[in-house]
Amino acid sequence: MTLGTLIVRNLRRHTFRVTLTAFGIATVILAFNLIVTTVRAWYAGVEASVPNRLISRHAASLSIHLPLAYRDRIATLDGVTGVTYANWFGGVYRDAKGFFPQFAVEPASFLDLHAELSVTEEERQAFLSDRRGCVIGHRLAALYGWKVGDVIALKGTIYPGDWEFVVRGVYRGADAATDETWMLLRWDYMNERRQQIDPDRAGTVGWYVIRIADPSLAGSVSRSVDAEFANSTAETRTETEQAFQAGFVAMSGAIIGALKLLAIVLNGVTLLVLANTLVMAVRERTKELAVLRTLGFRPRHLTALVTGEALLIAGLGSALGIAITIPATYIFGALVAAKLGNFFQHLTLYSSTLLLSASVTLCIAVCAAAFPIMTILRDKIAEGLRHAG
Amino acid sequence: MNQPVVEFQRVFKSYFRGEQEIPVLKDFCLSVPQGQFLAIMGPSGSGKTTILNLVAGLDRPTQGTIHAAGIAVSQQGEADLARWRARHIGFVFQFYNLIPVLTAAENVELPLLLSKLARRERFKHVQAALGLVGLSDRIQHYPRQLSGGQEQRVGIARAIVSDPTILLADEPTGNLDRSAAQAIMALLTRLHQELNKTILMVTHDPQAADYAQEILHFDKGKVD
Ligand SMILES: Nc1ncnc2c1ncn2[C@@H]1O[C@H](COP(=O)(O)OP(=O)(O)O)[C@@H](O)[C@H]1O
Ligand SMILES: [Mg+2]
Repeated sequence: MTLGTLIVRNLRRHTFRVTLTAFGIATVILAFNLIVTTVRAWYAGVEASVPNRLISRHAASLSIHLPLAYRDRIATLDGVTGVTYANWFGGVYRDAKGFFPQFAVEPASFLDLHAELSVTEEERQAFLSDRRGCVIGHRLAALYGWKVGDVIALKGTIYPGDWEFVVRGVYRGADAATDETWMLLRWDYMNERRQQIDPDRAGTVGWYVIRIADPSLAGSVSRSVDAEFANSTAETRTETEQAFQAGFVAMSGAIIGALKLLAIVLNGVTLLVLANTLVMAVRERTKELAVLRTLGFRPRHLTALVTGEALLIAGLGSALGIAITIPATYIFGALVAAKLGNFFQHLTLYSSTLLLSASVTLCIAVCAAAFPIMTILRDKIAEGLRHAG
Repeated sequence: MNQPVVEFQRVFKSYFRGEQEIPVLKDFCLSVPQGQFLAIMGPSGSGKTTILNLVAGLDRPTQGTIHAAGIAVSQQGEADLARWRARHIGFVFQFYNLIPVLTAAENVELPLLLSKLARRERFKHVQAALGLVGLSDRIQHYPRQLSGGQEQRVGIARAIVSDPTILLADEPTGNLDRSAAQAIMALLTRLHQELNKTILMVTHDPQAADYAQEILHFDKGKVD
C-alpha cells in the first residue's frame, strides 16, 4: 500500500459525487476548448500572413481607393521586389448568407506574390487567358460543389449588376494556415464594366500588395512608400500584411475579448466546483485525518493526500472533457460552417489547445486543494479526534 | 533507577468556550517510569482524554511542561512533533478509529508508510503485529467486516507495529462487551509483560483498570 492507494480508495467512497464533479469539469473543459479554438481560428488569418509582404492602402480609409498609377512608382522603390493590387469585390452568391471573400486581382502578379495559393500551370494559364475566369479556394469549391468549368453567378454590391465568372482553377493552400475560401477574379474585367457604370472611380485599386527583399526591410520600405505619396491627394498607409490583418481582426476585438474573459471565468467554475467537493470530502473525514496525524502523518502528507485527490478528479474531468471535445469540435465546426459560411475557416482543434485546457485545470486543482488543506492544518488534532462522525 | 518516560510538571489545562474558561487540569503532576503499565481512572468528563492528548502532543497545555520519550512535548513544532509521534507513540482509541476504506493489513501498515521500510519489510511487520493480536486470518478484511473486539485488536496492532516507546490507550474497552474487553486487557497485559511496553491507559472501568500494575484515581483535575 502507498498514499496513492488511500487517495484512490477515498475517491471511490463517493462515486456519484466524484462523477458529477468530473462531468462538471469536463463541461468546462469542453467550453474552454471550443472558445480557445474559435479565438485561434480568428487569429489564424493573422498568423497565416507572410512576413515579407506589405499592404499599402489609403491613409484615411480602406474604403477610399488609390490610383493605379502608384504601381509603377512603388515598383521602383529600393527593397521592393514585386507589386500587385486587389479590390474587395463584395459580391453575394444567391443570398446574403452566400458570402465569401472575393478579390479582383491582376492575375499574373497576384499569383506570383501569393505563392502559398498553389494552382497548376494549366490552371494559371487558363485564368490568364480568360477575362471572365476566376480561381477559387479548395474549401470554397467543396462548400458549393464547384469545379473547373462551372459558372458562378454573383450579385454585385460595391460593383452593381449581375456578374458571371467561369472557374478556371481551384487552389490549395501551401500550408494549413492558408485561407482556402477566397475567390480571385480579374481586376481588368471588373474595371472594364466599372468604366461604363461608374467612370469616376474606374482605374483605382483597393490596396497594393508589396513584396520586399527581406522582412527586416518592412519598416524602411513602408516609410519610403508613404513618403513617396505624402502630400498627394491620396496618401498611403503601409504596414506589414500581418499588422493589416490584425487590424482587420481587431474590428471584432471586443467579441474576442469577451470570449477570452469567458474562458477565464469558466476556469473559476472549475475552482469552485472542485473546492466544494474537496471541502465536503475533507470535512467528512475530519476524524480520519486527525487519526492519521496522531499516527505521525505530517502536514506534507496530508497536503499530498488532498492534492492527489484533487488532481485525480481534475485529471478524470480533463480526460472526459477532451474525449467530448474532439467530436464536439467537428459538430461545432459543421454548425458554424452551415450558419456562417466560411467565416471561421481555420476552426482547427490543436493538441496544444487541449494541453492548455488540461494543464490549466490541473493547476486549478492544486489551488482548489489549498482551501481544505488550510482548514485541516489549522485545526488542532485533539479537536479533530473529538469530531463526531 | 528508572527514568520517567512520561512526566507532567505542574500542568494546567483549560478549554475556552468563548469567554468562558473550562478548567480541566489544575496543577497536575504525573511521573510514569519506563516499562510501567499505569491505569488512570476517573469519571466521564474528568479530563482523561485530555491527559493522553497532552502526552501525545495532540493538544497543548495552558501552563506547565510535559516530557515524554525524551522530549519536552509542550515545546515542539508541529512537524517535529509528528516525526516524534511516529517514532515513539502508539495510540489506541475507544472507537478504534480504523480507516474504513483500508483493510486490516492496510490500516496496520499506515504508520509504516512514514518509515524507510521497503514494501516487503512493511508486510512482514504487519503480519507480525496482526499475528500478535491473533488476527492473522483477518488480514484482508475491511473494518466493517470485523467485530468490535476484532477492530480494537487491529487498532492495537496499528499502535504497536512501529514498536513505539509509549502505548497510550484511551478507554480501549469502553465500547466492548465483557468478554471482548477481557481479551483486549489480556492482550495489553501480554504486550506489557512480553514486550516490556510502557502503557498509559485511561478508563472509567474498574475491571479494566485491575489489569494494570498501578492505578491512579483522578477527579476534578487532580489526583486523589
Ligand atoms: N474542545 C473543548 N472545548 C470545551 N470543552 C472541552 C473541549 N474538550 C473537552 N472539553 C471538556 O473538558 C472536560 C474533559 O474532557 P475529556 O478530557 O474528554 O474527559 P474524559 O476523557 O475524562 O471524558 C470535559 O468536561 C469536556 O466537556
Ligand atoms: Mg475521554
